[in-house]
Amino acid sequence: MKFKSFVKKNKFFCLFAALAFLIILAAVFAPVITGGVDPAASVLKDALQAPSTAHIFGTDKLGRDIFTRVIYGARTSLAAAFSVVFIIFALGTVLGVLAGYFRGWVDTVIMRIADMMVSFPGMVFAMAIAGILGASIRNAVIAVALVSWTKYARLARSLVLKIRNRDYVAAAVVTGSKTPYILIRYMVPNVIPTLVITAATDIGGMMLELAGLSFLGFGAKAPNPEWGLMLNEGRPFIQSAPWMMIYPGAAIFVVVVVFNLLGDALRDVLDVRDE
Amino acid sequence: MNAKQLGKRLFQIVLVAVGISFLTFLITYLAPGDPVRTMFAATGTMPSEELIQETRETMGLNRPLLVQYFDWLCGCLKGDFGTSYAYHKPVATLLMDRLWPTLKLSISSMFLMLLVAVPIGMAQATHKNSIVDYALRGVTFFGVSMPNFWVGLLLMLVFCVRLQLLPVASFGGDLKSLILPSVTLAFAMSAKYTRQVRTAILEELNQDYVTGARARGVKEWQILWLNVFPNSLLPLITMLGLSLGSLLGGTAVVEVIFSYPGMGSLAVAAITAYDYPLIQGYVLWISLIYMLVNLAVDISYNYVDPRMREKR
Repeated sequence: MKFKSFVKKNKFFCLFAALAFLIILAAVFAPVITGGVDPAASVLKDALQAPSTAHIFGTDKLGRDIFTRVIYGARTSLAAAFSVVFIIFALGTVLGVLAGYFRGWVDTVIMRIADMMVSFPGMVFAMAIAGILGASIRNAVIAVALVSWTKYARLARSLVLKIRNRDYVAAAVVTGSKTPYILIRYMVPNVIPTLVITAATDIGGMMLELAGLSFLGFGAKAPNPEWGLMLNEGRPFIQSAPWMMIYPGAAIFVVVVVFNLLGDALRDVLDVRDE
Repeated sequence: MNAKQLGKRLFQIVLVAVGISFLTFLITYLAPGDPVRTMFAATGTMPSEELIQETRETMGLNRPLLVQYFDWLCGCLKGDFGTSYAYHKPVATLLMDRLWPTLKLSISSMFLMLLVAVPIGMAQATHKNSIVDYALRGVTFFGVSMPNFWVGLLLMLVFCVRLQLLPVASFGGDLKSLILPSVTLAFAMSAKYTRQVRTAILEELNQDYVTGARARGVKEWQILWLNVFPNSLLPLITMLGLSLGSLLGGTAVVEVIFSYPGMGSLAVAAITAYDYPLIQGYVLWISLIYMLVNLAVDISYNYVDPRMREKR
């Protein structure tokens, strides 16, 4: 009964959550959906075929089925975007809470680094890092995370600053609560909701950044079906085989739209200030 | 902003620039790629181990990290940003040649973006929560979610391949070759900016003076363009300065797609070739441009908002 009223009250959120869940299911059950076709299996005599009933999205220059590669590509994109968001969420929360609670030199060191990171264009730096470390999805994730954690740290810090002087925190200190206990019991729970909303709205953006890095050749490597990389591989064939770039791009677009909508809807569900 | 604050900001910019360049240096130092081997691989020769060691020695790559860094930093102060491994030319010359095309691209796309975003955002604000607002919000939502490299390729497919109106590659750098790259860049940016225009205008529309003007019978378009718009300029200029960061990152992608001869495509080539001096020069230059533009934005407050002058 409770579930029903929740669905009724948050129609949009449930719709987008269901869509996002479908995308995740598609990624997990990629072999089932594609009927067991190998995304890396090249059949050279079938190269560069236009979309047809046999290959609904057509084939690429090596005769690989683009539909299969697009479905498998969801695995890479989702896994990479979720890892980036998880890393910056965890790192930002920990550093922000520490900075806000302890103040002093801890605060100064962490926030000066954060200040430095926001005062120059992050994606330019991420490009350089990912490229120099060597093209791989893991390095692209590291690069994007390295330039994106500061937003979370600043948010967490400001939230902690707001509550650290409340009476109940003072009461906890007076009654002999240990500092780690105060941090985990009082500080972190106050920070989490806002940061979860931020993280949810960031998933789509991170996906775009990662696909952009892969497109430039600083992310996923050749046989790996990754959407940005597939677009890059389709680029030289824009005249003869435009389907090579249309479908992977559409896949990025659809998935990013769904996750952006989900993030916005989640903000409406969790954020009571709007009411 | 007075002289003291200006000095403080300039000092900060220098600090960040030193920090950024050191980080870049550290990463190139720790990275698995070897510039000497890459250089020889590019010429197609198989060097002996002694030759590699000798080249490392003459290039100064065997010295400790800090020595190399301070050497490079002192050079930068004298305007010498090192010599590119791949092009065998000074980094400053290479970047200087590409600076103007990239600036031209950034400025024209920013101009296009304003041309689209300001009227749309204003229409949304004045028709708040109407069908117009929702429809335009939907459009901007899709705009934000589209990868800019995909937009660029689709535009290329339509205008260069199908309709054959524009050149596929922008080698020339003339006006025609500027159109598609700037439209691509403006596309995603205007989607983001439209929302910010909407918020800024709405904020102003709620002020008392608007109600007062309406009560006095001032025409709605006069209130909008002569009172509300000038007053909302401050947040809009700030956001423009900040969006330059994503713009400079975005130029790299767009320059690569359209083979546009700018700093971004040069940097992508440099990163692929492990051309460390060029990468370091690029990161430093872009950071400096970004920070100086944002400083200029802050200084411009003095002229846009008289209150800022009196306050300090």
